Amino acid sequence: MAYGIRLKVWGERACFTRPEMKVERVSYDVITPSAARGILEAIHWKPAIRWVVDRIHVINPIRFESIRRNEVGGKLSAASVSKAIKAGRTDGLITLADEDRQQRAATVLRDVAYVVEAHFELTAKADVGDSEGKHLDIFNRRARKGQYFHAPCLGVREFPASFELIEPDTLLPAVHADLLGERELGWMLHDIDFAHDMTPRFFRAVMCDGVIEVPAWNSEEVKA
Amino acid sequence: MSAIANRYEFVYLFDVTNGNPNGDPDAGNMPRLDPETNQGLVTDVCLKRKIRNYVALEKADAEGKPEQGYVIYMQEKSVLNNQHKQAYAALGIEPEAKKLPKDEAKAHELTRWMCANFFDVRAFGAVMTTEVNAGQVRGPIQLAFATSIDPVIPLEVSITRMAVTNEKDLEKERTMGRKHIIPYGLYRAHGFISAKLAERTGFSEGDLELLWRALINMFEHDRSAARGEMAARKLIVFKHDHPMGNAPAHKLFDLVKVQRVEGEADTPARSFADYEVSIDRDGLPTGVTIEEVL
Repeated sequence: MAYGIRLKVWGERACFTRPEMKVERVSYDVITPSAARGILEAIHWKPAIRWVVDRIHVINPIRFESIRRNEVGGKLSAASVSKAIKAGRTDGLITLADEDRQQRAATVLRDVAYVVEAHFELTAKADVGDSEGKHLDIFNRRARKGQYFHAPCLGVREFPASFELIEPDTLLPAVHADLLGERELGWMLHDIDFAHDMTPRFFRAVMCDGVIEVPAWNSEEVKA
Repeated sequence: MSAIANRYEFVYLFDVTNGNPNGDPDAGNMPRLDPETNQGLVTDVCLKRKIRNYVALEKADAEGKPEQGYVIYMQEKSVLNNQHKQAYAALGIEPEAKKLPKDEAKAHELTRWMCANFFDVRAFGAVMTTEVNAGQVRGPIQLAFATSIDPVIPLEVSITRMAVTNEKDLEKERTMGRKHIIPYGLYRAHGFISAKLAERTGFSEGDLELLWRALINMFEHDRSAARGEMAARKLIVFKHDHPMGNAPAHKLFDLVKVQRVEGEADTPARSFADYEVSIDRDGLPTGVTIEEVL
């Protein structure tokens, strides 16, 4: 844990969609390790490093809200784009919101705040110029200044995340009284295994006084 | 044109008078409300829809044909260009089986072409099956939900129509309808523009100017019976010197304060004059400049 960081992230709303309920989206109770990794990568990432989320601290009580929106159902197909390129015109390449409309409700989290404890590992793509200290410094510098590659979000892009680096010698924010005790959160997405054809891997999340220990990616507790 | 080289954040204020800025499909088209605070809500996608409509309008010629590079991918039927079916027929293009391009270079080419031709793909991104791995293009612009400064109270206004739809209803003489309006609401939206993602989609300085124009003028071209009077009131832009940014976004947003004009705190707000917008310029972090576009 020599190269660990602690980042506080918070926002008004969040939606960490459960894969089993993604048509009418329902959020998990808390941020997933995968979403937390996404936030870290929005601040700093290079192919030479891989972020590993170790622990998630939940600061605020878990509350939900429902929002229904008009969305479109279809995706753009690659074949129609290449056809349009060949034809040299854009005429047919549109999606009509009126003809492809779906109304979908989303059950999202309200007023969330987390502290993400993470570290990174060097990957096979790291070369001589990539030392752990260098990437750690870049991350810390950016997080301190509020710099980012793209604005980090809480699950979906319409819910932006504010963030703040927690320096090593400062205390973590206090946990809300509602979160004390042990709570079983059920099977939760750990991350997607991009190396093996996008297989999702899950773990049994247990929140103890607001803290979720995230098991190591290759450990027994993480199942595909 | 080359991509923008600065990160931006913006605070956008708009108001509604006697209208419904964004109906909630879950609540019979009542204005959206935050159930905990009774503040009004306008979703990000609602605002993006209006930006798209404005760009489609500004960049179309007399026949409704969009200018090269400013086609809108996600269209509303009202701006439908009906020629597209004929164009397909004329060119004799046969529909092929849907296939994902395996070749990464090929996928990249498709994505690039979409970004070059479509304004909304370049600005907001789009889910396309073309890009390997993620299968989507992330655009540089990110908008959050707009919330009203104060709680809003929607009114239900009953209206009558002097005609009926069906012949069998003829003896009723007239039908009743309902409109939901907010007497007044000032809404605040936050936006983010990432220079690094702009680099990838080619979102240029010209596109940025177009975005500001869209935000300032989009309500002027979105008049309808439901909307009432909507107007853009303020657009405060924070420009970072560094492409990665020079200060946390939330600290910049905190610099812009919108408050009720003093002495009238308990009366309901009914116009923009009831509010005061102040910017704490002394608290501005170094490397960030404020541009009041509106």
